[in-house]
Amino acid sequence: MDKFEKLSGIAAPMPLVNIDTDMIIPKQFLKTIQRSGLGKNLFDEMRFDREGKEIADFVLNKPQYREAQILVAGDNFGCGSSREHAPWALLDFGIRSVISNSFADIFYNNCFKNGILPIVLPQEAVDVLMKDAEKGSNARIEIDLENQVVTSSDGETFSFEIDAFKKHCLLNGLDDIGLTMEKGSAIDAFEAKAAAARPWV
Amino acid sequence: MSPKTLYDKIWDTHVAHESEDGTCLLYIDRHLVHEVTSPQAFEGLRMTGRKVRAPEKTIAVPDHNVPTTHGRENPDQMTEDSRIQVAALDKNAKDFGIHYYPVSDIRQGIVHIVGPEQGWTLPGMTVVCGDSHTATHGAFGALAHGIGTSEVEHVLATQTLIQKKSKNMKVEITGKLKPGVTAKDITLAVIGATGTAGGTGYVIEYCGEAIRDLSMEGRMTVCNMAIEGGARAGLIAPDEKTYEYVKGRPHAPKGEQFEAALAWWKTLFSDDDAHWDKVITLKGEEIQPVVTWGTSPEDVLPITATVPNPEDFKGGKVEAAKRSIEYMGLTPGQKLTDIKIDTVFIGSCTNGRIEDLRAAADIVKGKKIKDGMRAMVVPGSGLVRKQAEEEGLAQIFKDAGFEWRLAGCSMCLAMNPDQLAPGERCASTSNRNFEGRQGYKGRTHLVSPAMAAAAAITGHLTDVREMM
Ligand code: SF4
Repeated sequence: MDKFEKLSGIAAPMPLVNIDTDMIIPKQFLKTIQRSGLGKNLFDEMRFDREGKEIADFVLNKPQYREAQILVAGDNFGCGSSREHAPWALLDFGIRSVISNSFADIFYNNCFKNGILPIVLPQEAVDVLMKDAEKGSNARIEIDLENQVVTSSDGETFSFEIDAFKKHCLLNGLDDIGLTMEKGSAIDAFEAKAAAARPWV
Repeated sequence: MSPKTLYDKIWDTHVAHESEDGTCLLYIDRHLVHEVTSPQAFEGLRMTGRKVRAPEKTIAVPDHNVPTTHGRENPDQMTEDSRIQVAALDKNAKDFGIHYYPVSDIRQGIVHIVGPEQGWTLPGMTVVCGDSHTATHGAFGALAHGIGTSEVEHVLATQTLIQKKSKNMKVEITGKLKPGVTAKDITLAVIGATGTAGGTGYVIEYCGEAIRDLSMEGRMTVCNMAIEGGARAGLIAPDEKTYEYVKGRPHAPKGEQFEAALAWWKTLFSDDDAHWDKVITLKGEEIQPVVTWGTSPEDVLPITATVPNPEDFKGGKVEAAKRSIEYMGLTPGQKLTDIKIDTVFIGSCTNGRIEDLRAAADIVKGKKIKDGMRAMVVPGSGLVRKQAEEEGLAQIFKDAGFEWRLAGCSMCLAMNPDQLAPGERCASTSNRNFEGRQGYKGRTHLVSPAMAAAAAITGHLTDVREMM
């Protein structure tokens, strides 16, 4: 997994609320057995018409947002299915951070496993950044994970909360499984104790 | 000892390790696996030379891609990519030595129906699956929730999950339900009341007389959609109905072990003075048969209502409602019962169990579906299908003009050939009405099985109470 330290990038505005994982990556693209290559189908049904032609007014099709690395989005982003294909598609397209007032639980967790930083900010802050994002490619938003700060193109700063463990893993690009396996003896001990207490499991 | 909620109790018995910052390794008792969200996880194990830590606690079944028409063992029935995905699960189950119900096995079905049916799901367990509707298993008083593929790999390799504890939310449904009102109406009404983000950060415990009165099937329907309310999981304290359902299932404990298990299960309830971070109460008598009008499960209204006006909403919801109404091809002020339906889907992990099929068959019996209607029943598992055939339900559906299918997810998410065409409008017993969920530009109204059956007969959304 790639580390996430600082990012300065173009932010695409997606004010719609309840953007679900079916929108982010429709199910016909879940049939892959790989993690890569999903970026071309990101937001497929909003981005392309039935013939596969780009829908000009969809935000990521506009020239100024084609290189976007950040999404500023409406409430409850990533609701719906648990498909990790959603963060895989975002990442493959080049999105490294999503800013919203709230995220659905599973999507939020899935982001961290893939080096994407989901940032929760109060609605007023999201509104400011949304306006900022609407300015297009001249407006770069800066994200500093170490200091937990987002800076708008006008220099306005917003600090955000993040779980310390998740932050540590993201800053260092750490693999969860490796970390957990180091605690193998604790798991062994738990398993033995649980097997005695609840042998039917 | 300080008072605890049911969630607290299950959590506390499953923490294998706790770090100073409160991050825990939660031990997982049952790991359910399906073909769509697992291939990359098994591939990850292969690449790192890791094994499945507890194959005896890992159960796999293909369900999302599988065709639900006869002759489906014939590979020609699947598209190339679906075939590859199912074949990958076949191979992974074999290579890693996990329990497996292949397409040809009568026990095959939707993973959340197979788990309880085979007795894999028991009270007090932790259950995960790379699928958001894992919350279904909460009906047994298990802590059950969906995970992503990286977490699937994590559980395969370590049998644990890195977790922080959620908050406790109590959803109480008091009193009795009126005739024609079902578990599906309860769960949709709750989402209507809380919104799709209302449960974010919480584990919900459903309680109250109306919940107690539900069968295990009904309780699974309620918990199934906890995720649509944003909650990590939903659960219901086990009781006599739970023990009765579990007893004698193939993988449930037997004899002395059952007695020992039972003694523990009986301690699984929320203490009287336990702390709740949020409490919601709905009156059972006031819940009506409901239907969704928009493209989010929170877009719920009683069947007697009319399509809302987007201007009646606040903030970002105004735009969302406009977009929904346009997508759904509706007009504000239009009566919901005037909405014409061309497709009916009865099935899914929300409503694909025997009781659901009985409720639908009750309405359908002796009648015919509307001319031009496409109506299908897709049982949740091969065993549900068999039972429905033995009870004569299958014949009732067939006589009325329904297609009687084999088990799978089918048109719940339309990854297999069962899809809506653009503009088609479906009364569906599934759980998601998102844009394109049941097929590109397809339109979905979520309803109970009885309401779906009623719509199949009349050709429009219908108040099932008028047909009872
Ligand atoms: S029936 Fe639908 S919701 Fe349930 S597991 Fe299958 S696709 Fe998911």
